Amino acid sequence: MQRADDFATRRKHLAELSEAELEKRFWELSDKIMQPLVDLAAKHTSPSIERSVLLRMGFASVEAGAIVKRIHELGLLGKGAGQVVVTMAKLHQCSVNEAGEKILTAAGGEQMVEHFRGGVC
Amino acid sequence: MDRLEKNSKINVPAILENLENYRPRRKGWTWRKLVPDQQMHSLTYKQTSENLTQSIPLPAAKHFGGIDPQPDCVITTEIASGRFEDDIRRMRMAAWHGADHIMVIRTAGQSHYDGLIEGTPEGVGGVPITRKQIRATRKALDLIEDEVGRPINLHSYVSGVAGPEIAVLFVEEGVNGAHQDPQYNVLYRNVNMYRSFVDAAVAKKLMASAGMAQIDGAHNANATAREGWKVMPELLVQHALNSSYSRLVGMDPSNICLSTVPPCAAPVPSFQFDLPYAVALRELFKGYRMRAQMNTKYIESDTREATVTHTLNLLISRLTSVDIQSTITPDEGRNVPWHYNNISAVNTAKQALLALDGLQDMVEIKRDGVLGTRVRELKERAILFMEEMLAVGGYFKAVEAGFFVDSGYYPERNGDGIVRKSDRGIAADSIVARDADYFAPVCVHFGYNNVPAEYSHACEPTAGCSMCVSEKVAYIDELDDWDNANRRLTETATLREQGLIKPEVEWAGDGVVNVQMFLPAEPRLAHYSALELAKQMNLEDPQVIHKQVMQQAEGTYLEVKGRLPRAINPRELSLPEEEVVLSADEVRADIHDRPLKVVAATVGHDEHSVGLREIIDIKHGGIEGYGVECHYLGTSVSIDKVVDAAIELDAGAILVSTIITHADIHRINMRRLHDLAVEKGVRNKLMLLGGGTQVNHEMAVECGLDAGFGRGTKGLHVVSFIVKKRRERGLK
Repeated sequence: MQRADDFATRRKHLAELSEAELEKRFWELSDKIMQPLVDLAAKHTSPSIERSVLLRMGFASVEAGAIVKRIHELGLLGKGAGQVVVTMAKLHQCSVNEAGEKILTAAGGEQMVEHFRGGVC
Repeated sequence: MDRLEKNSKINVPAILENLENYRPRRKGWTWRKLVPDQQMHSLTYKQTSENLTQSIPLPAAKHFGGIDPQPDCVITTEIASGRFEDDIRRMRMAAWHGADHIMVIRTAGQSHYDGLIEGTPEGVGGVPITRKQIRATRKALDLIEDEVGRPINLHSYVSGVAGPEIAVLFVEEGVNGAHQDPQYNVLYRNVNMYRSFVDAAVAKKLMASAGMAQIDGAHNANATAREGWKVMPELLVQHALNSSYSRLVGMDPSNICLSTVPPCAAPVPSFQFDLPYAVALRELFKGYRMRAQMNTKYIESDTREATVTHTLNLLISRLTSVDIQSTITPDEGRNVPWHYNNISAVNTAKQALLALDGLQDMVEIKRDGVLGTRVRELKERAILFMEEMLAVGGYFKAVEAGFFVDSGYYPERNGDGIVRKSDRGIAADSIVARDADYFAPVCVHFGYNNVPAEYSHACEPTAGCSMCVSEKVAYIDELDDWDNANRRLTETATLREQGLIKPEVEWAGDGVVNVQMFLPAEPRLAHYSALELAKQMNLEDPQVIHKQVMQQAEGTYLEVKGRLPRAINPRELSLPEEEVVLSADEVRADIHDRPLKVVAATVGHDEHSVGLREIIDIKHGGIEGYGVECHYLGTSVSIDKVVDAAIELDAGAILVSTIITHADIHRINMRRLHDLAVEKGVRNKLMLLGGGTQVNHEMAVECGLDAGFGRGTKGLHVVSFIVKKRRERGLK
């Protein structure tokens, strides 16, 4: 879009605002623009976020990358990769690291899909 | 290695050992401790912080007892040569000059690397940020901060498509600050906008949990736009958006630092733009921190021009406010910064900030008038920008419409802004809705988290996460047998182990030297002549890195870098014997027992008197203070007159000062002094000493004198020499 500088006309509704009112408006607008993005972030996750969860659980980056990729392919990222690992560990009474390895196997993957989705992938 | 010794090199191979067991000593950012009205050398500083226990002061400090006042703000230096093992040594040098914020630029392409990089591969234009690299750097900085006596902040970037993982890594490893701004990802790295913001919320919450300082990415708009100052309204908007987003996800404004850069440089009348912008920013963002960046947009290869621009940027900092003073090396316009240019940049900041200490007690910004009008206009333009963003449907729609980095001065639009589409970019379509039973069994997790009722806290099922239990942190040493620091260090092992001395600017043993020359030729001819001359100097791969015409026909100034494939073995080098200076008490006692008369003068047609007066005068610590009887004859004194006076007064020594060196007159006068003393038969009775800014001992001896003294000489050096010599010779 090309547009000449129409500041003089565009600013008319701001002309009477005090400096404090102007600054208040500045922050109201900024927060209003960002709030929907904060809400979006609160309701979504991503492969990187889930890898960050596995790192915090004690996985090394290489393992975290493989496990999250697998869980994403299984369609279970919305459950949280950490939850999938913890569930596997609980079902098998094993450590989370062993659970991570199991998820990478064909049988382990199927078991998780069965558990979380009732077999629907 | 428990501590560093001032006169010993840091042992980089030892730093790399046992890193699997290294844990950071603290987390979060550290500000300097301010000392109001600090007294140093009878001076009162209004804007300084606690002193370092060891440091290297500005050169002029030698006139003021060697003081090294530390400004109130944190001072940054950016160090990232691609080999962090060499950068560690530069960090130590920078810390000794007053840097307490080490910013490590990432290697090209790390933004698009989908995960963490491990090991220590070599970088391009920066360093691959990895756990091992951070541990080694942080471990070295622990030693360095103990050595200089002030905490040093380590900093890098939480951006790209692995932001949350990098944030976890940084929190776990005690990285103290980071750039984090999802707008940067979207605009400059073409990372999908949904992904950028979703990831950023988690990353920011993690950073906030550790008290890390966050720096935004707004200054890049200035560097990208054609006319940097026209994006000022947008800069305010970008700062605001990242600040709002950060605050809304839980970051304290006192840890949110705005990366602000004065957008102009001369020949633009830059303060007409830079100052109103700086004032508007600080008025709008009360409670937030100012990270004052220096202008990079208008830097060319002229290091002098860059330094002047940066000094003027520092004046803006002192006229307004600064919490973190960033520095840009004066050579950034020509190459990846060299060791000593980091030090130059730190010293430019320290020098200017100290010179301007207390400025606001004397000088006030004229808030009304033209500056006030411009401040108001900037604020209104920024508000109008955001109103229009909302009118088109919010942030994502505005980016799709090319709102950002348009070269028009908003509301003017030139239609050349950066356009990104919400369904495109790196990692497009990669965010996933969290299900109702989404659960992340870890602490410090932003957003919806359905922690099952059976658990009292999120990380209970794993018996603690790495945010609570540091033992949970998994460590990978290396993944590549060849591309790693240990292998690179073997290439330079000979230099280290044998103590060989080879020039370097970036990496140990790189051999690079810079030659300055003026050639009486037009620029193109001068360019190729310089390259040829460099080859004749045995420099490999010579490149002209700067040239500036002095006058089209008369000549060109050039700087030529090249590789010198030579190293010096100190054991094969003969050094002149170092003069051991006697103690003041010993000298005083000797002169008391055997009184000494000297005749002193500035010789030839030379009116300089300051240097010689400093050597003589008691109030400057001169030789009078040791009991020497001085007969000062003045300036522009003939050699004949000096020698005659010495004979007449029966003096034991003659001190001549010679500052002018035109046509080698300093050498001629020194030689004549010797010859005349011989001629008059008094050479054996008299000690002859020469001094001056261009004089040195070897030169004076070559001219027949007993000693020569150059810059930095004190009275004690002179009188100590005389006492020792007369003991040796049995002179009176």
